[in-house]
Amino acid sequence: MLVYIIRRLGQSALVIAVMATLVFVAVYAVGNPVDILASPQADQQEIEAITRRLGLDRPLYEQYGLFVWNALHGDLGRSFVYNEPAVQLILKRLPATFELAMTALVIAVGVGIPLGLYAGLKPNSLGGHSVMAGSILGFSLPNFWQGLMLVLLFSVVLGWLPAGGRGQTVEILGLPVSFLTVDGLQHLLLPALNLALYKMALVIRLTRAGAREVMLQDYVRFARAKGLSQARVIGVHVLKNILIPVVTVLGLELGSMIAFAVVTETVFAYPGMGKLLIDSISRLDRPVIVAYLMMTVVIFVVINLVVDLIYAAIDPRVRLSEA
Amino acid sequence: MTSQPILEVRDLVVEFATRDGVLTAINGVSFHVDRGEVLGLVGESGSGKSVTGLAILGLIDAPGRIASGSILLEGEDLTRMREAQLRRLRGKRLAMIFQDPMTTLNPVLRVDTQMIEAITAHEKVSHKAARAKARDALAKVGIPSPDERLASYPHQFSGGMRQRVAIAIALLHRPALLVADEPTTALDVTIQAQILSEVQTLAQEAGTALVWVTHDLSVVAGLADRVAVMYAGRIVEQGSVADVLENPAHPYTAGLIGSVPSRNRRGVPLSQIPGMTPSLAKLPPGCAFAPRCARADAGCRNDPPVVAFGTARMHRCFHPLVTAEAAA
Ligand SMILES: Nc1ncnc2c1ncn2[C@@H]1O[C@H](COP(=O)(O)OP(=O)(O)OP(=O)(O)O)[C@@H](O)[C@H]1O
Ligand code: SF4
Ligand SMILES: [Mg+2]
Repeated sequence: MLVYIIRRLGQSALVIAVMATLVFVAVYAVGNPVDILASPQADQQEIEAITRRLGLDRPLYEQYGLFVWNALHGDLGRSFVYNEPAVQLILKRLPATFELAMTALVIAVGVGIPLGLYAGLKPNSLGGHSVMAGSILGFSLPNFWQGLMLVLLFSVVLGWLPAGGRGQTVEILGLPVSFLTVDGLQHLLLPALNLALYKMALVIRLTRAGAREVMLQDYVRFARAKGLSQARVIGVHVLKNILIPVVTVLGLELGSMIAFAVVTETVFAYPGMGKLLIDSISRLDRPVIVAYLMMTVVIFVVINLVVDLIYAAIDPRVRLSEA
Repeated sequence: MTSQPILEVRDLVVEFATRDGVLTAINGVSFHVDRGEVLGLVGESGSGKSVTGLAILGLIDAPGRIASGSILLEGEDLTRMREAQLRRLRGKRLAMIFQDPMTTLNPVLRVDTQMIEAITAHEKVSHKAARAKARDALAKVGIPSPDERLASYPHQFSGGMRQRVAIAIALLHRPALLVADEPTTALDVTIQAQILSEVQTLAQEAGTALVWVTHDLSVVAGLADRVAVMYAGRIVEQGSVADVLENPAHPYTAGLIGSVPSRNRRGVPLSQIPGMTPSLAKLPPGCAFAPRCARADAGCRNDPPVVAFGTARMHRCFHPLVTAEAAA
């Protein structure tokens, strides 16, 4: 297991290094980096200062070294708009996005797995067909449109839930969270649901396909032949086998959920890092965009790593063969 | 007629609703198994052996169903039981093991989990007691250092060892009947022989009757007391192993015996039954074996009736190789 973890850590570091190089090439090496990294309002003096600070008068490999050096120290530039380090700015918004994504994940799994199991165990029932039809809608309707419809229905027509913002927050371990206050929860519910819909459809399909396949396996027959209750056969023997692909795919999707909560955060004016990205793009706040890119890569890599470890924990065949 | 049989199957019909219409996979099958007896169930692939076994355990799933007939376990009709009642019998009085040991155990659960749950499903015992019982059961089927093996996952066992684990699980509660669906077919010949004799011994000790499904007549010859030969969802011949193998009545049985190498004298070429097992969707009218039968005539387009003859023998054939008079 330890060898496995070390090898995976090495792979992760490699991916981050490759991505850093790509970002460097995209932002620094191609075109004039001063254009990209200096504020449009910057005067000649400022531009010279930036050029010196970034070492743009030096050879490319030195520039690369400096970029990596600064990045390793958490310095990806300062926001022109907020005049704060870009990384810090994003880190401030990260908890909100993280909370949103986790809530969406809980909804997607909590609703998706039972519905998928139901559809997989009763594929020809009316309920089973309805679940599958619903999941097709979840897949095919554009996410922002689903979001607008949610706002229209629950905020405008019914007036049950607020249409935007994060609501009241409380601090846990120094991080502001909203799921512990009623007001925060009300603000969280719609955007989380919006972000969850697509993943929910995905979980439903994965679970259903898994259930149909696993139900035909000899070990399920054998489990039933032992006289186990239906609940135990499905809840343990079937579910544990289905969870392997679901966890894998969801882990990958969690990365995309955090990174691209952009649409949902924009529709619901939710102050997460996706909204920050959109705001930064419209204000040409380029260091923030670069920082966002790098942060996203790191988040992706970390999540993939965690998923692989969870995967190894639930599937003994992976764990033991890789050890 | 002296004592009640452990299992009595009467006129069992199992149907599958498919796209091509309703297929009758089991068509009026009747047999019984006495206490501690071994019944061999033989036939080619697709003849309905597994479906018969699953029907006994009540494990036929949609689109299949038991359309008619009864299955009496110690006098109680399983086909009329509710699922909860049936569940209490499964694993306790009735057990089943399957063909492929590589797929019978759940790959993501440890062996102890899979054994202990089988114990606690039927007995109120502490986890510790269940574990001890599981360990003893593993030791009994010849698994070395059972204490350590309990904590292993199935993929850490060889095929033969996995089948031993399955057998240990099946016999945990000393069931009255064990349906063994070709449990040794997937194994090496030497391991096959070991496991056969072990199951035989264990079943005898536990007083468990066996329905041993196989397409291997030599297994039947060595293991079974009686044999039932299936063809296209019907039992076409039944009787004691000695009678049936020495003097087969049904041409299909004779064909099966003729294709077993060990039973042929040296120099005599092996015979093959010509043709293929018919698909259930396109069964010929009357005797399903007619297209492949050398003795067939126009009369065989009618259903051959069950003919009882000799000592507790039966066949379904208009032109049997052994006539009732000769056998008597
Ligand atoms: N789920 C199902 N749906 C449709 N038909 C089925 C189903 N299960 C079994 N059958 C049919 O029932 C018939 C008997 O199958 P069964 O598995 O009992 O054969 P078998 O004698 O055990 O053969 P084998 O030696 O290959 O295991 C087959 O012809 C098969 O087409
Ligand atoms: S009934 Fe006719 S076709 Fe069928 S096995 Fe007997 S002789 Fe052959
Ligand atoms: Mg079979």
